[in-house]
Amino acid sequence: MKSRIEEAFKKSKKEGKKAFIPYVMAGDPSLDKTRDILLLFEVCGADIVELGVPFSDPLADGPTIQRASERSLKNGVTLKKVISFVKDIRQRIRIPIVLMTYFNPVFKYGIDDFIRDARNSGIDGVIVPDLPPDEAGDFIKHARKASLDTIFLLAPTSTEDRIKKVAKASSGFIYYVSITGITGSSLLLDGSMDLLIPKIRKYTDKPVAVGFGVSAPTEASAVAAVSDGVIVGSAIIKKLHENPDDLKNYLISLREAIK
Amino acid sequence: MEDNIKKLPDRKGYFGLYGGRFVPETLMPALKELEDAFRYSRKDGNFLNELRHLQKTYIGRPTPLYYAKRLTEHLGGAKVYLKREDLAHTGAHKINNAVGQTLLAKKMGKKRVIAETGAGQHGVATATGAALTGLDCEIYMGTEDMKRQALNVFRMRLLGAKVTEVPTGSKTLKDAINEALRDWTTNVRTTHYVLGTVFGPHPFPLLVREFQSVIGRETRKQILDAEGRLPDYLIACVGGGSNAMGLFYEFLGENIKMIGVEAGGKGIQTGEHAARFAGGSIGVFQGCKSYLLQDDDGNVLGTHSISAGLDYASIGPEHSFLRDRGRVRYTYATDAEALASFELLSEKEGIIPALESAHALAEVVKLAPGLSRDKIIIVNLSGRGDKDVQHVANIKGIVI
Repeated sequence: MKSRIEEAFKKSKKEGKKAFIPYVMAGDPSLDKTRDILLLFEVCGADIVELGVPFSDPLADGPTIQRASERSLKNGVTLKKVISFVKDIRQRIRIPIVLMTYFNPVFKYGIDDFIRDARNSGIDGVIVPDLPPDEAGDFIKHARKASLDTIFLLAPTSTEDRIKKVAKASSGFIYYVSITGITGSSLLLDGSMDLLIPKIRKYTDKPVAVGFGVSAPTEASAVAAVSDGVIVGSAIIKKLHENPDDLKNYLISLREAIK
Repeated sequence: MEDNIKKLPDRKGYFGLYGGRFVPETLMPALKELEDAFRYSRKDGNFLNELRHLQKTYIGRPTPLYYAKRLTEHLGGAKVYLKREDLAHTGAHKINNAVGQTLLAKKMGKKRVIAETGAGQHGVATATGAALTGLDCEIYMGTEDMKRQALNVFRMRLLGAKVTEVPTGSKTLKDAINEALRDWTTNVRTTHYVLGTVFGPHPFPLLVREFQSVIGRETRKQILDAEGRLPDYLIACVGGGSNAMGLFYEFLGENIKMIGVEAGGKGIQTGEHAARFAGGSIGVFQGCKSYLLQDDDGNVLGTHSISAGLDYASIGPEHSFLRDRGRVRYTYATDAEALASFELLSEKEGIIPALESAHALAEVVKLAPGLSRDKIIIVNLSGRGDKDVQHVANIKGIVI
């Protein structure tokens, strides 16, 4: 049976579009506000949402998401609270929810307990940026049993060996990091993606979504042309804090660009 | 006994339960490349000759093993020897690793090195290694640490390094490491990250230990020359743990007691300390699995120590392993105890120790009087205290 995430990619493909995957940090500025934003994502045509979990040391993130994480931690938001938050809102949101969390909160929670509670709350998949497949044996085993998708990352530096390993470990989709760098960096459309994504497709038919650095709708459109989905994070958080009235229009323009 | 524990880490970078490689995918190929280059270099005669030559003519090795006669008499028990890493170029053991890694980076064809620094000693050592090998250098340092260690900031700039302020998080060492890892992720093709201690993703704990283990090899020869036998105790302070591993590793297979001293800060019960074994639990942080000071939700706690070099929330994975095995005993010294030892060594021996090393000395002060006079203790005097003089004066309310 296909997972809800795989179904979402299939559905957008059928409609002649690519998957639109917006990101928001849970609890920034508050969990109530996060609920409203998730509902807005769905109204604006998102296919999947990515929900960030705050962590004290987010080493894969640029300044925008670092600050979002700090604000959320100040509000007392934890992995436990994010899981019960998802449980509360799950009935109101139909599209798949993917959690993005660093590994230590999961490790401290207990891998087995985390997978069970995440699944029971209605979370569909998990991205852990500092957990490569090489260290994820237990994590993958428990997740498979619970039918929770494990989304691993590939990067411009990935060798063929890494591509094979990550493709095998991933379910739902593969997260291709568009640049060597951190979230919110400037996107470099130098054609490297056009070479690397076909390389990934040599080893897998799992969907490939691209994130890190996608901001303008024109960029989203260029990235969509070579992939199965586009993830937008830092740019949305910036909009949310700097120009909240414009957020809806911005989401709609991204949705229209991702085809 | 236990000679097999010297064979760790295993192929995946584990010391028992601890270690590993927990980093973003972008860095995984670079770590493999570094591991391959390191494994090649440690058997490459040219590399080893060049390193040995620099150790001798540039760093000033071997550093002396000094019998602290007046300190021994004052304590009235075991004989105390000091391994004088404070006499190495730039004033601490950090240079052993920095020269090794910058040389390796050069061989790997990298154009640029980056490093984190807390107190500034590793930053100064890396800037020195970069000047020596002709590499571009950028050092990340927390805003708080830059204020506390203004002199070392100026030293790094004199050495041609760019010093970049890290104003995020707690604005100290761990945040500087986060920022260095972010830089490495961005510039990984041209840049080598000179991690300063036996911590982080594999192969760093292995490679830093290898460059520091020259301390223990020299010590063995020197104590045999001086006493005709091996010591009974080895003592070292433990922040990340590189000076301790540098001394201990050579002797892991011998019947010698070893003690690692963490920063007890204002006391364990106050929560203001950096004693990971006294107040921590197992976690995954900045690239590896080890003991970590963290809250119930897995967020990393703030730490405190009078000594910036010990002020860190986690500890090298090999130390966690040696602790579980019971091979090394770990204890802590408080700020006040370290300060007292700082003054004691200065007065009794004319040697001003780094506040880090003063933590190891504090354990000697507790241990030596209870031992008989035929016992031998070797302490790693990992650095000199010039950098701390201003800080100590401030604490004592003296305006210089």
